Amino acid sequence: MRQHKLSLCREHFLEWFVSHTDRVIEKYGMFGHEERILVAVSGGKDSLALWDVLLRLGYQVQGLYIDLGIGDEGYSEQSKEMVKSFAERREGASFRIADVKATYGKSVLELALERPGRKTCSLCGLVKRHIMNREAYEGGFAAVATGHNLDDEAAVLLQNTLRWQTGYLARQAPVLPSTHPHLSRKVKPFVRFYERDTAAYTLSRGIDYIYEECPYSKGATTIFYKELLNQLETRSRGARQQFYLSFLQARESEGLFQGTRAQVELHECAECGQPTSAPELCAFCRLWEEK
Amino acid sequence: MKIAYRDNKWEMKGGSTARAAIKKVGLDPEAVLVVRNGQLVTDDTVLQEGDEIKLIAVISGGTGG
Repeated sequence: MRQHKLSLCREHFLEWFVSHTDRVIEKYGMFGHEERILVAVSGGKDSLALWDVLLRLGYQVQGLYIDLGIGDEGYSEQSKEMVKSFAERREGASFRIADVKATYGKSVLELALERPGRKTCSLCGLVKRHIMNREAYEGGFAAVATGHNLDDEAAVLLQNTLRWQTGYLARQAPVLPSTHPHLSRKVKPFVRFYERDTAAYTLSRGIDYIYEECPYSKGATTIFYKELLNQLETRSRGARQQFYLSFLQARESEGLFQGTRAQVELHECAECGQPTSAPELCAFCRLWEEK
Repeated sequence: MKIAYRDNKWEMKGGSTARAAIKKVGLDPEAVLVVRNGQLVTDDTVLQEGDEIKLIAVISGGTGG
């Protein structure tokens, strides 16, 4: 791990990875052992690794798998099987399934087909965020933990910086606090790890995960920005880490984007009760109302 | 030695580092991990004749996380 100037054998790498996660959780005040945490698990390497690490650290966690109904190449079925398989092998691992089609009548793909002008990833993200928040609130969980890593955060940061999306730049952080009784805290315990680190952890632990990307992620902008950052990293070791961490530090110390950090006024959606800044219905409920 | 990455396969002589082999098949060393004969190895590992190499993509961007 050249960005950490660290070279470890398998045994010590696994120990370091788990203990470093705990340090990150503590450093950013993400959650405590007395709180129940909902872990969003997709069957991919990051989320299964996160679930594994949090269980090893003794946190009270439950997994949440969202079945998006992506039938292409059996993607949703395969990813669900990875989650089930992990839970069967891992003592103490319990999870719930939120089935989008069974609950709302349409899969994410069917929603996307009705809206050819809107990217599938965008719809998918909206649906997942809504369901994660609802499950956390209704289940009495203190926070939702996702497997986002430093590569993910740096790619989003680069994209938002290139477009000067100051609203997003003001809010991007390892912890998104709860600003409404029905809005759950969102945390990213892997935010200091490179994607290579989490992949290496998952492989070294022998955790089986879905290797294939979502069939609708081809051409996704996140992947494009990650590839750009990889090129930068090759020329300047640690650049990706420095870009992200220095941004967080500078935003705090220099008071960047203070004006755009004024709290957005939230009220409860007239349909589902989830917090929204839009009048009447939230963006999620509008999806089902529009067609 | 044999190198596999998704549906692609290559054969090449041993003696180079994993990093060099990755570049030779046109991939970005930052974007893959190297599994040699079933064991994860670092990219400065020198690969040998007869090795079975599997390259695992690291970058994700879809719903998998």
